[in-house]
This record gives sequence, structure tokens and C-alpha cells, in this order.
Amino acid sequence: MNPYQSCFSKLNRAALIPFFVIGDPSYETSLALVKAAIDAGADILELGIPFSDPVADGPTIQKADLRALKAGITPAKALQFIREITAYKPIPIGLLVYYNLLVQYGTERFLQDFQKAGGTSVLVADLSIDDADEITLPAKNAGLETVFMATPNTPDDRLRRIAEKTTGFIYTVSLLGTTGERDALSQAVRPLVARLKRLTDKPVCVGFGISTPQHACEVARARADGVIIGSRIVKFIEETPDNPDELRENITRFLSEVRAALPPKNPTAKADA
Amino acid sequence: MKSKGRFGPFGGYYVPEVLIPALEEIEAAFEQFRQDPTFLKDLNTLYTDYAGRPTPLYHARRFSEAVGFTVYLKREDLLHGGAHKINNTLGQGLLARYMGKTKLIAETGAGQHGLATAIVGALFGMETKIFMGATDVARQNVNVHKMKLLGAEVIPVEGGTGTLKDAINEALRYWTAHVEDTFYLFGTAGGPHPYPTIVRHFQEPIGQEARRQCLEKAGRLPDIVTACVGGGSNAIGIFSAFLSDPKVQLVGVEGGGKGLHTTQHCATLCTGTVGVLHGARTYLLQDENGQIRDTECISAGLDYPGVGPEHAYLKETGRARYVSVCDEEVLDTFFLFSRMEGILPALESTHALAWLRQQKGLLPHNTIAVANLSGRGDKDIDIVEHHRPLTARSL
Repeated sequence: MNPYQSCFSKLNRAALIPFFVIGDPSYETSLALVKAAIDAGADILELGIPFSDPVADGPTIQKADLRALKAGITPAKALQFIREITAYKPIPIGLLVYYNLLVQYGTERFLQDFQKAGGTSVLVADLSIDDADEITLPAKNAGLETVFMATPNTPDDRLRRIAEKTTGFIYTVSLLGTTGERDALSQAVRPLVARLKRLTDKPVCVGFGISTPQHACEVARARADGVIIGSRIVKFIEETPDNPDELRENITRFLSEVRAALPPKNPTAKADA
Repeated sequence: MKSKGRFGPFGGYYVPEVLIPALEEIEAAFEQFRQDPTFLKDLNTLYTDYAGRPTPLYHARRFSEAVGFTVYLKREDLLHGGAHKINNTLGQGLLARYMGKTKLIAETGAGQHGLATAIVGALFGMETKIFMGATDVARQNVNVHKMKLLGAEVIPVEGGTGTLKDAINEALRYWTAHVEDTFYLFGTAGGPHPYPTIVRHFQEPIGQEARRQCLEKAGRLPDIVTACVGGGSNAIGIFSAFLSDPKVQLVGVEGGGKGLHTTQHCATLCTGTVGVLHGARTYLLQDENGQIRDTECISAGLDYPGVGPEHAYLKETGRARYVSVCDEEVLDTFFLFSRMEGILPALESTHALAWLRQQKGLLPHNTIAVANLSGRGDKDIDIVEHHRPLTARSL
């Protein structure tokens, strides 16, 4: 069993997966916040390395990337960060990265270093399933799981291919668009998760636009295996970047609320599938 | 996708999954309609009756005397809109129309592609949004005004340095949220497949005409074909017809800005390294970690840290070579050329002319060079005035 499988099978609810940009707003504060998220009950972490041109991200995470870059975060420092996190507490860590950062570091070497640091999986935001070969073999060789994205406009035959190439979980994008907070949960979530559940046994985690405990609850009710929350958390950092104590409190409170809102898994739901 | 869209090791389509269906749809439509007699007839009519093709090949006599060899100019500056960009926007706009799309988006640097898209949006009655870096909005306000007059919405992009790269980022983001009814009319021979191939295709008339016209006027092929390279659409358009003529040297001229020893330039092929940006594997200006560098160049249309993947391939194979000239040489040439030929050249195109000037004394007198005069310089008069005010100059 890989770390994700053991995590999902242990839980009687959807996994809580907060996202952070490594080093936002500074290396030290970011480290404290991610530790706080673990203490608040995160089951899995999704961490991003800042990139100058994040085309899949909305304004909130773009600004986070800029703050982290200003704080001097490099891929090498990001690896050091991950080492410190896994030393604090072993937890599955999914990495979200833009392809050029891997290419410059050397994809094989980076993935090996990431695995050694305690990482679990890699998702390349701008690498589709058609170029999966560029990442699947190096990931396998490094002992890492692969994560690919599925979106509401992905046809069934492509979802099947995505599921085939995925060894970790399917990062299910809730809407057509970039990351960012939304007032309402996208109507596309339920049908997309249902399609995936019909096509594959691979775990399905939903992200993009999940901004409230209520959204998280709805996603879990749609039978997602995990709920990824990014921009809402990053927004706390944007609002009070210079007050680490207040930030830690806000993020702890928010994640506790989200976790409390996740309903227990309906045992009959699996039989339906 | 039917094709990987590779040029040797370069190109591809490195984009988030959400954009794949849209790119597949465009690839399929392009393959279908590029051969379609009705589409070709419509496009040809637009090229001739609306845009003003074919453009002349003009023997620039006084400039030729000044550089010591024969220079012909491919007069894309005479096209409607004032630049070669209309070739591509008419082609892609018509494609969007045949696909049943009702909305257009585009990025723009100097504003020429935005203007050409706004023209086509008005012509076809399509709702048009143009993403433009905030810095470029400020330095190219004449084009911004024109786009608005034509009914397009201009969206200033604040991120990054507020230039072309940031406009592309934002256009891609907008597209991911509106892929279903919106056609992204990409402006240069870069970005994800199938754009490099589509843009090249619609710019190929430049080269086809220039080759034929040179044979007619000079009785032989040119020795040199030169064009400026930012993303590289005008260059690939004129180079394409000469790729199988091994004796014709192809020279792409990049923006040398304040000089290649500084970081204030956009000479991607001259000084960059290979990476992945905006959907393509190509040469980039980036730091050792892969963060994209800021660029700076007097010419907004060249101010881009990447380059079309086919140019990367032509550099790698040695079929074309890439050089740069710096801002000061461009300004010198702008004044000289304007007064010599009665043509205000776009600062982008002036890069190719400035490189030809540098060749004075280095090339035999019987050399024939064809330069792509890709656009006219009316849009640049404020920039030129800012750098070299007429009142302060002694002429």
C-alpha cells in the first residue's frame, strides 16, 4: 500500500488536504503555518513551489508565489522545507509544481531528492496526460506516486487514461478556470466525481474554489476521497502576512471547522459503486 | 491531439489539462479547413480586398547605397492595421467563425496583434477582449485607443512586469474559464501546439510572395533574408518560403536592449537556455532555477522572454542564425531610414534594418538582402520622442 492508500483506507471521512505555497510569506512563517495545519488535523499536504508564471493559478496564489519568490525560495530550499516538515511529523506530501522548475533542476534528480526529503507524489500543473511519459518513469524510479488532473470538460476516454497513469490520487478540478476562492461550489463537481467513480477505483480528491466548511462538506457528500483547500488558506496569509501568531490561529480555526464539517463516509455508498 | 506539434525537440503543448479539449478542437478545425476550398476562397478574398495583399517588394535604393549592397523591403507595413499581424488574425478569426465561436480573446505586446484582432472582431461581429500588460498599455496608448474605437475591450494586466508574457499568462487563465465559447487568437508563432503551426501557416504568404517577387525583380533568389524576432511570427512567415533554398541565409534579429552584457534585453535565442513556458519547450530567458526573467527592450513587440519553437529548431539545426542589435542602434537606424526612404518603420522591424546597416563593408556589393518590414512606426513616435526628443537633436 502506498502512503495515500493507507491514509484513505484508515479514514472514515474525506481526507483534509490543505495547500500552501512553500515559503509564503517567508520560510520560517510558512514552516510554522504548515506545522499548525498538521496539528489542526490535515491528513495530507499539498505543497507548491513558487513559479514566476503560474498560468493555472488565480490572483491569490499568484501573489503567494511572488511573496515566496521575494523571500528567496528556490527548489533547493523547498526541498529543505519538506525535510523539516516530514521530520516534524510523517505525513503524505503531494507536490504541485510547474514543469520548467523540474526541467531546470533535472526531473530525475529533483524527484529523487524530493522522495529522499519525504515527499509522496508529484503533480505537474502544465503537463497533461499526453506527456505523462516525461514524468511517470522518473517518478516510479524515485519511488514516488503520480497525480494528474481531471477537469469537467475531460471526456470519459481521457479520464480512463488519466486514471491509468495515476498511482496516487486524481486531482479533480471542480470547475473550468484557475485556482481561487468562489462563493458557491461549482455545479460541475458532483457529475465529474460520479463519472470518475464509475470509471476508476483510484482515489478522487477535489480542489479549486473550495472556500468554506460547507463547500468541503458538499464535496465529501459527492463521494470525494479528499478535499483540497488552497486559495482560502493562502488568503489568510495575504491578509495578515506580518502577524504569524494571528495567522496560525486563523488557519488552525478554519481547518478545524472544515474537518468538523466533513461527514462520516456512508458505508452504503461503496456498495452503490 | 493528432500531432505532438514538435519541431525537433522543441514545441509540444505543455498546458494544464483543462485546455487540452480546446486545443484539440482548434487542431481538428485547422486540419479540416486549411484545405477547404470555401475557407481558402474566403481567406484569399479577405487577404486581397480587405488587408491589401500581395504587399510590394520594394527596392530601397537610398538605404541600399548607404549599406553598400542591395536591400529589398517586404512591405508588410502597408497592410491594413499597419503590420503583418492581420495575416494571422484574418486566418484565425475566419477559423473561429467556421468553428462557430462567438468570442475572441488575444494577448498583445506592442498592441499590433491586439489591434489586428480588434479589427477582425469588428469585421466578423465577434465580442473581443484584448489582454495587455499595464506597462505596454502606457507606452502604446495610441493602439489602445484604436482597439477601443473598434469595439474591443482592453484589459490591462498588472502582474509581473506588465508586458507581453504577463498578458499571455492572463489570457490563458481567462481562457481556462471560458474555453467553451471563446477562441484564443494567439498572436505569435509560439505557445502550445497547434499555434506555432497555425500562425506560421497564415504568415506564409509573406515568404511566398517575397520569393516570387525577388525572382521577378532581381532575377535570382536573395543571399540574405532577415527579419526581427520577438515571438517570431513575421520571421517564420518570411523564412518559411526559403527553408529549402540552402544558399539563402536566414537571419533573425532579436532585441538587444541595453546590451547583451546586461539583463535588460530580450535576445532569447542569442543568450537563453532551453525550458518550458506558455505551452512550448523552447529557448527562454530564465534564471538557474527556471524562474522567468524580466526583459527590457525599446520595442514592446519584441519584449518577450521566450520565442517560437520553430525558431529554436532552426537555430539548433543551423538553418537560421540569430543575432541582436541594441536600442541605440535601432534608434540611429530609425532616424536614418525614415529620412532616407520616407518610411517610418516600426521599432520591431527596425531591428532587421539596423543589423543590415552593421553589415556595411562586410558583404560584397552584389549581395541581395530582403528585409521584412513587418510594420509601420506610427505607433512608436512617442517612444522615439521620449528617447530622442526632436527639439534636442541637431539634424
